[in-house]
Order: sequence, then structure tokens, then C-alpha cells
Amino acid sequence: MQIESPIRQPLILGNKSYAQITDEIVRPIEGRANKMWYLVFTIAALCALWGLGLIAYTFGTGIGVWGLNKTVGWAWDITNFVWWVGIGHAGTLISAILLLFRQKWRMAINRSAEAMTIFAVICAAMFPGIHVGRVWVVYWFFPVPNQFGSLWVNFNSPLLWDLFAISTYFSVSLGFWYVGLIPDFATVRDRQIIPFMKRIYKIVSFGWSGTTKSWQRFEEVSLVLAGLSTPLVLSVHTIVSFDFATSVIPGWHTTIFPPYFVAGAIFSGFAMVATLLIIMRKVLNLEEYITVNHLESMNKIIVVTGSIVGVAYITELVIAWYSGVQYEHYAFLNRATGPYAWAYWIMMSCNVISPQLFWFKGIRRSLVGTFLLSIVVNIGMWFERFVIIVTSLHRDYLPSSWTMFYPTWVDVGIFVGTLGIFFTLFLLFARTFPVIAIAETKSILKSSGDGWKRKTKEKYARIGEEAEAH
Amino acid sequence: MSKKTILAKFTDPDECLHAAEALVKGGVKIREVYSPFPIHGIDPVLGLSKTRISTAAFFYGGAGLSLALLMMWYMNVQDWPMDIGGKPSFSLATNLPAFIPVAFEITVLIAAHGMIGTYFFRTRLAPGIQPMNPEPRSTNDLFVMEIVLQDNPKQEATALKDQLLELGAMECTDDELRYED
Repeated sequence: MQIESPIRQPLILGNKSYAQITDEIVRPIEGRANKMWYLVFTIAALCALWGLGLIAYTFGTGIGVWGLNKTVGWAWDITNFVWWVGIGHAGTLISAILLLFRQKWRMAINRSAEAMTIFAVICAAMFPGIHVGRVWVVYWFFPVPNQFGSLWVNFNSPLLWDLFAISTYFSVSLGFWYVGLIPDFATVRDRQIIPFMKRIYKIVSFGWSGTTKSWQRFEEVSLVLAGLSTPLVLSVHTIVSFDFATSVIPGWHTTIFPPYFVAGAIFSGFAMVATLLIIMRKVLNLEEYITVNHLESMNKIIVVTGSIVGVAYITELVIAWYSGVQYEHYAFLNRATGPYAWAYWIMMSCNVISPQLFWFKGIRRSLVGTFLLSIVVNIGMWFERFVIIVTSLHRDYLPSSWTMFYPTWVDVGIFVGTLGIFFTLFLLFARTFPVIAIAETKSILKSSGDGWKRKTKEKYARIGEEAEAH
Repeated sequence: MSKKTILAKFTDPDECLHAAEALVKGGVKIREVYSPFPIHGIDPVLGLSKTRISTAAFFYGGAGLSLALLMMWYMNVQDWPMDIGGKPSFSLATNLPAFIPVAFEITVLIAAHGMIGTYFFRTRLAPGIQPMNPEPRSTNDLFVMEIVLQDNPKQEATALKDQLLELGAMECTDDELRYED
């Protein structure tokens, strides 16, 4: 048994037993949803349907229904794509990188964060799919021989790298998530009384019985998948940033894009995890598992990554000035003072200034403060992508073609639709999946559970007293 | 033919581990331990060797890397070389920098899925497979040790049960082996 220092805060509050952990995490699956769940689910599902309807409208009529024009050929679609992919990164960071660093606080949040990753990547992947216009030939993305003979895809293109990065990221995250879910599904299966539920969970638990050899393999597979996912998650947003950085547009052509995008992705992803978990822990009564300490740890990551993003913004400005290129100069001057300056300053204040509030312990540990700031960060990160994409494009080399980008109701509707899809999937997940990794949480009960920690502390105090008495 | 087994149920992972160590020392052969989460350090006690699944993952990754490079070389250099933006595809070596991202992604893709597939196959995990844990609470809060009497001809069943209870088992029950190896 591992012994943890009694000074460390317990990760599981209350004097829990193993059976109690199972009961409390599985309860939302077995119980009935309340009115609030149905209400939120209905709203989310309607938004999702609305978005899907508008996607169908886009397919039927053409990309002209969006606000794009010949100068700004890429705007909301790609902004949303990058925003969603970025959100997904926190899940992999929590489940993979924190596993490699043996951070035990990840165990309460990794399941839902990974679910968030998968749903966010689904939302993200829709945009490259629908922005091509002629969606019926979308398979040209893939290296398949087409009807023109053996004309292949261009592997020198960052857009194709992106396709491989996103597909790999999605499928590997899904596999990693499912491998971790199997033992927990078996836990749910073995306590069902209703035959229908038992049958469903028997199918999804793949016949898991928890033998010693299977646990040995399970741990090895989890570790190696974490090792593979760690460079993968860094590569994905690096490649997303290559979509811009390898071009020659002033404002995009910067070598700091990869680390800057990765930090921004983790930043926005943790903010989204905080938004979701603050609601989820309350609704599903999981406050003793997802504690204020967990949120505080996440807020620390938010303030670190937020500061990295801030440094990147300033570096960009300095390098633009230092480059001595008048087009670079103008691109950044236009960003900060041009017609889209409002977007730039929303980005600056939401991403650089507001997270600095997390230096105060009171705000870091406050639920309301964390919730509000997490939403502010997500708004800021959406604007970051919007600023990078639209303000770099809308005033190009030819002043006669300078223009503004105005989103249409279809642009806005599809974005709202993806939010709907995301929340619909997440709400369904919260009702049918164990939202906390049950097996992993049990494995830290004796070292990090409140009740056990107190026992260990008493034991050491007793040993100390006895030693003094001698 | 059914085989008689003893199921010893523990409520604590460390007690289960210590009991297993004591039993194995005394010459008892334990067939299996079912637990709700991994008990660290019990695999060598049960005589299990280290899993080789990560070695398999390494080879899957190697295969993925070779496959990716072969694919890109064939498509962009051999079969239909294109000159886009004044950047022609002459050979694999000159194009390698541009091929790195996709080569990396496919390496990870094949390594991860190859390993997951191997894990499912070797551990017999697939939708619809009958679980073989003899005690449903072994996925909840019990650590269940399964001892097949036929494996231990020298041991007497009642004495073994008494020993297990002494070692901290909550209870011992008789059962039959539900799977054949």
C-alpha cells in the first residue's frame, strides 16, 4: 500500500468504503433523471437539430449562405474548428500527461474530461467536412484513387496533415477512453437487477471479469496509450497551427504558433472542463469526489497556460515590429487598432488579464469565481481564433479588396448547433456512463481518501507518542 | 467435468495480497484473483510474468511508420509526382521533412489501435462475451481468491478454508470452476 503524506489534502472526502464509491458513482445511471435534466436536454437537442438543419441548408444551397467573401474566404467555420479542437485537448492532457506525471487528482475528472474531448472533436471535425462546399466528394480528403486516375492527395500540404492528425486523435482518444470504461461498465453490469440494463451493460463491458492478468495488461495498455497520446495531443494542435503558420499571410506566418496554440488549447480546454464539472458535481451529487481542491488544481493550470498565451501575444507583437516588414507591421497594428480592435481587446482582456485573478486563493477556490472565469476564458479563446483568422485576412495586399466579415444567421446557427450537439452528447453521457473512473478512484481510496488518511495520521501520532514515552 | 473450487472473499486489497503471499509460501496454488481494481504486486505472487504488450506496441508503431512512408513515397514520389507551388517531389529523402507529420500520426494510430486490439484479443474482450467472475461483488468491493481443489491435491478443503479465514478472508464459499483453460 502506498502511503501519502498526511499534509496533502484528501482527494476523496467523507469516510468512504469501496461499495459506497460504486453506489454513489453509479446512482445517476440507475436513477431517474429530474425535470431539470429533461429541460436542458430538450434545449440542447433542439439546438443540435437546428444546427443540423442549417448544415443541410448549407449543403443544399452552397457555402454562399455563410458570410464569407473573396477576401475573407475562411472565417467562422475554421474559428469554430480550432476552438473545438482546442477544448478537446484538456481531456487528453488530464488523462495522459497527468497519468505520466502520476497526478492522482486526475482520477476524479479524467473520465468526463475525456468524454468532453471526444464530443468536442466530433463538433470540430464537422467544420472541415462541411466547409468544402461539395460535400459529396469529401472523400477526396483521403488517399483514395479517384476517378481522374491515380491522382493522389498532396502529402506536402498542412491541410492534409490536419486530416490525419484529427482522425488519429479522435480514434485514439476514443480507444483510450473505452479501454478505461470497460472495467467500470463491468461494475455497473454486476449490480443490475433489471434484465434489460444487465444485457446492455454486459454487451458494453466486453465480458470483463477483473482477473489479475487482465488488470496487469490493463495498466500496461493505459500507460503506453498515455505515452502515445501525450506527443499526439501536442502534435494535433501543432499541426492545426501549421494550417496558418506555413502560409505566407502576415499575422499567420510565425514560428511561435505551435507552442502558442498548444498552450491556448490546454487553457481553453481546462476552462471548459471547469464549466462542465462545476455543474456536474452539483447535479450528480459528486462534490465529495470532485472537490474544491480539484478545481483549484485546474485553475492553477489555467493561470499558467493563460500566462503563456499572454507572453505569446506580446512576443508576436514584438517580433512583428522587429521583423521590419511593413506588411507584418500593418497586420498587427490593424489587429490592435483597426476595425476589429474590439475583438482583439476582448481576446486580450479575457485571456491575459482575467485569468490572473486566479493568483488570489479566494477566487481560485470559489465555485462562482471559477465558473464565471471559465466562461470568460472560453469566450476569449473563441475570439483569439477569430482575431487571428479574420483580421489577418480582411485587409490583404490590395487595398481595393479590403472588406469586413459579417457572419450570417447560418454561420451563427451552425455554431449554436455544435454547442447543442456537444451538450446533448454530454448530457446523455452523464446519464448512462460512470462519469468518474470507479476502479481508479477505488485504487487511491486507501492512500488519498479522507477517512483512511485520518486513520494513518492517528497511527503515526500514536507511534510518535509511544516513541516519546520511551 | 466440473472442478470444485474455494472462493475466499477479502474486503481489503492488502489483506488479500498478504494472504496470497502466505498461501503461496505454504505451497498452495491459487488459480485466480478477481479484484475491482488492480492489486499492485500480486502478479508475481500468482506466478504471472510481465506482460509483453508494450513490446507488441513498439512493433506496431514500427510497422505504422514504414507503412506511412511507403504510402507517401508511392503516392507523391513514385506514382504521380506533383509540382505544387514550385516545390516538386523528387525523392523520399528530399520530401521527408514534409512527410514527418503524417508519418508520426500513422505511427501513433497503428501503435495505439494495434495494442488495443491485441489487448482485447489476449484478454478475451469483445461485446457479448460471458464474464467469468464467480462473485458479482468482485467488481464492486470484494477481492476474490479462487483456489481449485484439483490443483492442490495435498490440501484438505476444510483446513484450507480455516487458514483463509485466519488470513483475513471475510468468508469462504464452495463453487465450481466456470471456465476451462
